[in-house]
Amino acid sequence: MTISLDLHMYLGLSAMLFCIGVAGVLTRRNVIVVFMCIELMLNSVNLSLAAFSSQLGDPTGQVLVFLVMAVAAAEAAVGLAIVIALFRNKQTVNINDINILKW
Amino acid sequence: MDLSLLLHDTLAIGPISLITLVGLVVLTIEALHNKTENINCWISLVGLAAALVLSLVQLPTTGTAFSDMIATGGYASFFSAVFAAAGLLTVMLSKSYIKKQSIEHGEYYAILLFAIVGMMLMAAATDLVTLFLGLELMSLSFYILAGFVRRRNESNEAALKYFLLGAFATGFLLYGIALLYGSAGTTHIPSIVGKAGMLASSTMFLIGCGLLLIGFAFKIAAVPFHMWVPDVYEGSPTTVSGFMSTGGKAAAFAAVLVVFAPALVRGVEPVRDVLAVIAALSMIVGNVIAIAQTSIKRMLAYSSIAHAGYILVGVIAANSYGAQGVLFYLVAYTMMNVGAFGILSYLESEDGKNVSFDDYRGLSASRPTLALLMGIFMFSLTGIPPFAGFFGKYYVFAGAVQAGYTWLAILGVLMSVISAYYYLRLVVLMYFSEREQDAPVIAVPTSGLGMAALVLSAIALLGFGIYPSVVLNFISHFF
Repeated sequence: MTISLDLHMYLGLSAMLFCIGVAGVLTRRNVIVVFMCIELMLNSVNLSLAAFSSQLGDPTGQVLVFLVMAVAAAEAAVGLAIVIALFRNKQTVNINDINILKW
Repeated sequence: MDLSLLLHDTLAIGPISLITLVGLVVLTIEALHNKTENINCWISLVGLAAALVLSLVQLPTTGTAFSDMIATGGYASFFSAVFAAAGLLTVMLSKSYIKKQSIEHGEYYAILLFAIVGMMLMAAATDLVTLFLGLELMSLSFYILAGFVRRRNESNEAALKYFLLGAFATGFLLYGIALLYGSAGTTHIPSIVGKAGMLASSTMFLIGCGLLLIGFAFKIAAVPFHMWVPDVYEGSPTTVSGFMSTGGKAAAFAAVLVVFAPALVRGVEPVRDVLAVIAALSMIVGNVIAIAQTSIKRMLAYSSIAHAGYILVGVIAANSYGAQGVLFYLVAYTMMNVGAFGILSYLESEDGKNVSFDDYRGLSASRPTLALLMGIFMFSLTGIPPFAGFFGKYYVFAGAVQAGYTWLAILGVLMSVISAYYYLRLVVLMYFSEREQDAPVIAVPTSGLGMAALVLSAIALLGFGIYPSVVLNFISHFF
């Protein structure tokens, strides 16, 4: 019983962190902050995965956590490179100023 | 895992290993030499052609590799062949295009090849872990390719928007995977699909399916998760847009058809209802907004949203007719959209102009062959026989009628009629309209390789349209 109570707490925390990440992506205008919020989303999922993995007694979830961390690192490298390429041309990282493509 | 088993499995997933190897070779050559574009292009071409042949050879023998993480043969090989073909055409079209845009760097081909590896992994995945890794490999490569014209603001913006929204969607997809894992106790997809009927009452499972659906809807460019599509397709290098809209979409659909397999869709009613709404909205929004476009590149982006809707109808049908229709449609869509974007890239000027409807006025007089090919692609996109696009639509809608989704089929046909307006408007402009006197004539260099790719896709469209059984024979026993 205590185990299932623990699982719910982990899942609740993970869901909260995920929602904070989503809210951040939707409301913040600085590209770097938006990117940090996306990382928060991914890491909140990692928490869920680790909790499930320990509850199920199955290592797959924890293996996936490592893979997610590796993917997130690769994503950070690509994302920051894109931001730098953009900054060199426009001198801004504000999403509202990045608006030449529409309709 | 002992060495002989490792070797056996590496050979079993032949096309994936081969393309990975070719990608690494291309990358190494790029690092060691200057002026590598030509040799890298040819190595990529040979590698992709070999992968295409290897996929077709491996198609009859189905099995799994790497402890049941990757499927081999059958469905996986079929999609490997599709991605290799799409990659082959894209590389052929890219050679002159990237030279024209002064983005002729050898790593272009390496990243393209890695994107193809990601797609193949997605289609071959029998485990959510493999699926996730394949999807990310493809997406990360596409983020880079979208921003490949570093000096151009549009390209930077496309890459940034694609990256932010793509990574955002990955978050949802990953959360969906976590919840499916938690509720089913495994990440093995066939096991999850097998338990679907039992899990259908679990809230956690349904939320997991919903989140996974959001992630996939982003990748296949379905409404309401389509906002990135027009901007990204317009801003990216044109050959890359063509590849993203075909290979990327086909890979996402291959994964959708594995996870939301007919058994799961039939067993879990809410998933089916949500899919039906997404499909209907995609067809309506994509087609209606496409009418208002002045740029052909942007029109093709909205039409790509509409086509995602048509193909989803086949997933919703969840019977063998519909599923085979999805596969056939993806083959046809790959050929016609790579072709249409190919012609755009062929005629595009150095600064990314010359892609609007008005620029194509009277093209039949100045460039009769290109106008004819563009006409074939547009007719096929509309779904007019005898081109392959017609049979794709036919099978998908027939599957929907059989499954009792007649309203979706009727909506689909109605929307195809609307789509005829903007596809055929281009044909009318090319053939029955004079070029304005003061319009500058843009001289574009001819490229034999690019022209060969365009002709090949047109022939394939006509061939698969007249003899659909060529493709159907391959896919009839998958479902």
